[in-house]
Amino acid sequence: METALQRTPAEGLAPTAAVAPLAVALDDISISFGIAGGPIYKAVAPTSLHVREGEFVAIVGPTGCGKSTLLNATAGLLRPAGGRVSIFGAALDGLNAKAGYLFQQDALMPWKTALDNVAIALEIGGTRRADALAQAQDWLRKVGLARFADRYPHQLSGGQRKRVGLAQVLVRGPKILLMDEPFGPLDAQTRQIMGTLLLKLWAQDRKAVLFVTHDLEEAIALSDRVVIMSAGPEARIIGDFPIDLARPRDTADIRLDPRFHQLHRDIWNQLKAEVAKTYGEEMTS
Amino acid sequence: MKIHPAKLLLLQILVAVAVLALWQIGATVPIGGDYLLPEFFFSKPGDVIARVVQLFVSGTIWKHLWITLTETVLAFIIGSVGGVVIGFWFARKPMVAAVFDPYVKMVNALPRVVLAPIFMLWLGLGIWSKVALGVTLVFFIVFFNVYQGVKEVSPVVLANARMMGMNERQLFRNVYWPSAMSWMFSSLHTAVGFALVGAVVGEYLGSAAGLGYLIHQAEGVFDVTGVFAGMFILAAFVLVIDWGVTRVERRLLVWRPQSASEQN
Repeated sequence: METALQRTPAEGLAPTAAVAPLAVALDDISISFGIAGGPIYKAVAPTSLHVREGEFVAIVGPTGCGKSTLLNATAGLLRPAGGRVSIFGAALDGLNAKAGYLFQQDALMPWKTALDNVAIALEIGGTRRADALAQAQDWLRKVGLARFADRYPHQLSGGQRKRVGLAQVLVRGPKILLMDEPFGPLDAQTRQIMGTLLLKLWAQDRKAVLFVTHDLEEAIALSDRVVIMSAGPEARIIGDFPIDLARPRDTADIRLDPRFHQLHRDIWNQLKAEVAKTYGEEMTS
Repeated sequence: MKIHPAKLLLLQILVAVAVLALWQIGATVPIGGDYLLPEFFFSKPGDVIARVVQLFVSGTIWKHLWITLTETVLAFIIGSVGGVVIGFWFARKPMVAAVFDPYVKMVNALPRVVLAPIFMLWLGLGIWSKVALGVTLVFFIVFFNVYQGVKEVSPVVLANARMMGMNERQLFRNVYWPSAMSWMFSSLHTAVGFALVGAVVGEYLGSAAGLGYLIHQAEGVFDVTGVFAGMFILAAFVLVIDWGVTRVERRLLVWRPQSASEQN
């Protein structure tokens, strides 16, 4: 059986990916939640995940499998019950200052304009206001919102708010980009446009990216590697597929590529069983 | 449903005219040998209007309006500052909030009017006893809203701000403060209204000036015309203040989506 793992990388796959130093190393991470007065819920069983510098890794799994908790552990928002989180070789203590986090829900400050929402990310680091505003304006232009700088979040569409969020995260120049189903609430067309925009911005300086999604097609279209998580509780990583599609990619066009379909089929065969398991448990419980 | 603005205004005026006409008829036309609204108890609309005009023309009203306004503004400012400070303190220190919780509930449950005589004993018949009464009303509204505003900051916005690298002071300035202010301003109308209630009730119970005093004096000599005139001036005064508050609110809360009722 020929799987994605056995294929040699095609040209266009980041050649440094295999030798670049580790940006994120999750070693034997386990995550548990204490439910008030009840038993401890083991969300993530001991599992390991490594992301190299410049690598775009997508985590795919059924709903509620603990993908986001893994991301929160990497961000330092959540302390794992066991295991080690290392960022560029150093153990993570407290919040991950090297990472930018794009949340699934709206995380913009509703009382600040689009421009101020981006500029504040620099201002709190001590950048002078004038400089911060200039850089923020530049980033709004990069995400295609130059004309919307003085709008408040509620005056923007869902897709536009995501663009502001992206600018807010990227303006700080984080080494690692964490994304938790960032385009989840958007419609299909907007998602593809956002995906292409993300890849364009990412190609400029190739950060390490951890991209959580439940959409397998989106994962394949964007990433260098797709990691599959099993259904919770005690979720763990059960598959790791290199994506050898050429870059630069257009997230809409790439879906017509035969190689895309083959990868999709391979990965889906593995994911299918897990999805069925999640639904099966819900039906019997 | 959409009504033409001119038509709406016409209908609104019609209501006022109808009420005044019924009042006038009740007070002046005997029905079956009896007045429906005896003039002694209800006065007449014409007299009331004449009295209002006279109060303004002679200029006596300005002193009373000024006193009531001063008391209202002072009560609002002092009550708000206290509410904001204590609200923040309690919201950020759950231990303090838990200890004081029963006492806050107890004091808030107390009908504030019963405090008026105490304040009069402590602070005399001048404006400060009225300000104190207003403060006890305003404080709790602002306090509860600020407390809620700090508690209800969206956890995602907070996590995002932390990931951005904000320290506690920056979180306070950029996240907690604006959130608390938005809650506080949403209760601005109520808070200002209560400040005025405190002032007028305080004046009514014992004072030498103010709208409440004016009404109380008129009542003391069975001058129903004076009572109604005072009431009309008070109502107009509240409308003017409310209009001012709306203006302030519009300026400060531009970032908030307009509610459905404001949009159409």
